[in-house]
Amino acid sequence: MPQATFHIWRGDAQGGEFKAYKTEISEGMVVLDAVHEIQATQANDLAVRWNCKAGKCGSCSAEINGKPRLMCMTRLETLPTEAPITITPIKSFPIIRDLVTDVSWNYTVNQRIPKFKPKPPEADGTWRMSQEEVDRVQEFRKCIECFLCQNVCHVLRDHDMKSEFGGPRFMIRVASLEMHPLDTENRLPMLKNELGIGLCNITKCCTEVCPEHINITDNGIIPLKERVVDEYYDPLGKLIRRITGG
Amino acid sequence: MQGYETHEYDVLVIGAGGAGLRAAIEASAAGVTVGLVCKSLLGKAHTVMAEGGVAAALANVDDRDNWRVHFADTMRGGQYVNNWRMAELHAKEAPSRVRELEAWGAVFDRTRDGRILQRNFGGHRYPRLAHVGDRTGLEMIRTLQDHGIHQGIKVHMECAVIRLLKDGERIAGAFGYSRERGRFVLFKAKAIVLATGGIGKAYKITSNSWEYTGDGHSLAYHAGADLMDMEFVQFHPTGMVWPPSVRGILVTEGVRGEGGVLRNSEGKRFMFGDIPENYRSQTADNEEEGWRYTQGDKNARRPPELLTRDHVARCILREVREGRGSPHGGVFLDIAWIKERIPNGEEHIKRKLPSMYHQFKELGGVDITKEPMEVGPTTHYMMGGVRVDGDTQMSTVPGLFACGECAAGLHGANRLGGNSLSDLLVFGKRAGEFAAQYAREKGAAEVNEDEIQATARWALEPFERSGGEGPYQVQHDLQDMMQDLVGIVRREEEMVRALDGLRNLWDRTRHVRVEGNREYNPGWHTAMDLHNLLTVSEAIARGAIERKESRGAQFRDDYPEKDARFGQVNIIIRKQPDGGMQVEQDPVRPMRDELKQVIEEMK
Repeated sequence: MPQATFHIWRGDAQGGEFKAYKTEISEGMVVLDAVHEIQATQANDLAVRWNCKAGKCGSCSAEINGKPRLMCMTRLETLPTEAPITITPIKSFPIIRDLVTDVSWNYTVNQRIPKFKPKPPEADGTWRMSQEEVDRVQEFRKCIECFLCQNVCHVLRDHDMKSEFGGPRFMIRVASLEMHPLDTENRLPMLKNELGIGLCNITKCCTEVCPEHINITDNGIIPLKERVVDEYYDPLGKLIRRITGG
Repeated sequence: MQGYETHEYDVLVIGAGGAGLRAAIEASAAGVTVGLVCKSLLGKAHTVMAEGGVAAALANVDDRDNWRVHFADTMRGGQYVNNWRMAELHAKEAPSRVRELEAWGAVFDRTRDGRILQRNFGGHRYPRLAHVGDRTGLEMIRTLQDHGIHQGIKVHMECAVIRLLKDGERIAGAFGYSRERGRFVLFKAKAIVLATGGIGKAYKITSNSWEYTGDGHSLAYHAGADLMDMEFVQFHPTGMVWPPSVRGILVTEGVRGEGGVLRNSEGKRFMFGDIPENYRSQTADNEEEGWRYTQGDKNARRPPELLTRDHVARCILREVREGRGSPHGGVFLDIAWIKERIPNGEEHIKRKLPSMYHQFKELGGVDITKEPMEVGPTTHYMMGGVRVDGDTQMSTVPGLFACGECAAGLHGANRLGGNSLSDLLVFGKRAGEFAAQYAREKGAAEVNEDEIQATARWALEPFERSGGEGPYQVQHDLQDMMQDLVGIVRREEEMVRALDGLRNLWDRTRHVRVEGNREYNPGWHTAMDLHNLLTVSEAIARGAIERKESRGAQFRDDYPEKDARFGQVNIIIRKQPDGGMQVEQDPVRPMRDELKQVIEEMK
């Protein structure tokens, strides 16, 4: 069987280095298979997160040859195996060990977003929504929280502005609530002040890496930016909307 | 003396999939303090992978549906060894639990008149599964997660429990470690809910992730709780078979619900050739009728592809063994053919089954809108588990509750698709409610420091050993053995060999050595998980030997028929005082007359 070489970053918060591992590869293998093979036979303590191995849970995010990907959905056939394949942990979050990073900040952001607040149900205690209405938010609800978008976002990755900016994942989370046909909560003040939507300069890096192909920028962030602008920077329009109830 | 951090809760929930989250939400709503422990990050538990839908007799698509039909379907699917009280509560309460999710923000697919849409699934008489394309589990877990985080529940992510602690007979706490830092953690708790899921990692070919090592089953067993029905392991008929690295990954039953058909290498729809007697009156006898059923014709009967999972899995295995399989040892599952019947078929398939399209395209290089998939059976679900009271979900250990996959009873000998997601909601809620009640009534208990220290020393032993092998080889050998000797088709002498093999694997496990340090060390975690895997594997083998008949998921080559005597009993597994595993037959409780009548009416 052919072999391939993997340069896997090993270390912890204090520092680390690439270690080289050689392993046999076979048809259909994904990067995560190779990492597991190495873990089982050469490095039992190699730290890596994974769960579903089918692109549904978003646990195994890493940078493969410098590109942010899910390891379970990256087939070796799509990579040049003559040269070593490098695997590094995602960069925007602190290292715990090897390929595992501390993503707990994301959970604290989510906690701060006001929860779903539905309008009253109809007389029979249930709600009616059309498929067209729900299609729009279902796109955002596909998110598997792999945090690859958080990893590539310049505001988080290069400027580390985690205290001022929530990142694309949580713009999409807010979009899934704000555009929910039943929701009545207003999250625009939070979007502007706490989540810092104005800091996004729509370079669309997040959209490019989304394994669920969510149009994060075009369908989520831009419409939210427009709502914030209407609310805060268009006083006349706001007055008219208040009067007309629009 | 090993150090540890201590947390104290009224109710501790172990496991944060659908069942654990629902239990934690209910307990916290009852006003008690709640801790929630999860082995992975929050929101990554196995529920996230559920595809097809959640079964509830909402009657939105077919108004003939109601709890009675759902109850009878569940009992028939389980071959009548189910805990009928659980089947009754489940059928009655599932609709409210699903509507409640909508009130918490879940967005299900809709009917034309704007209500929750329901789809066909195996063993369900009417379209019953509320769904979101083929990512229903993600929608459910995210809804529960986003609701739960505002309830004041304290979540301990990436934390594993290795022992339950008792005070006399009753539960008192749990001891474990944080995966990230490798530090020990003590949880003092008045009541504990186990919601740890299944056991799939005992087998080589499985749809389950690394987490499914039977932790709850094993923790409960070693704490003295009864296990039940451990011989009933569900092999889902349709897992991916090619390429080798994806073998076992689930292909949702929803493919067949949407009109997908199974064919052998001769192009024949082989399921028509083997329809069990008790399903004959409900099953189509020609292809045309089967197609009409999948398209919502209320006068048509369901195609045989939608028979129960145990039966479909065995038929596939038979085709492969008799030389009519696909090139890589499965059979063909074809959804592309519906293009002959539906305009815009390609778009229709992508809309109804988006993640299947994606999964085959990316991992298998197969476009399911154009060509058939290759599929074969994969270890999927554990019907057996902790024996619980049907109403409260309390185990035979006071203060210890169990819900979801790690509890036994609802599904009997075979689970219907869609009944697991509704199980999580209905019995997660009940477990949380009654655990909170127990905690309030009984107050605090004492933990034993010596037991804690002994557990900590045991956990660290693998670091201190020299020589010995790593944990992964032992795990792989166990998986190979269980697949070969206690798999879909079982024989007494093979299972006796498996028990010998398990003795040998126990011995190797006691000598396993791990390298590195305690911080995020998967080798160390696997070394500890082995104890759980070996415990449940032994329980499966012993239960399967005891049940000398074929029923539901248990197929015995040496006893190929159903035996009415075994239809009256559940197999109970219990730890003896000397540490040995005791196996016992326990009579199924007599069913209430009113429920018997429901089953009669639905025949």
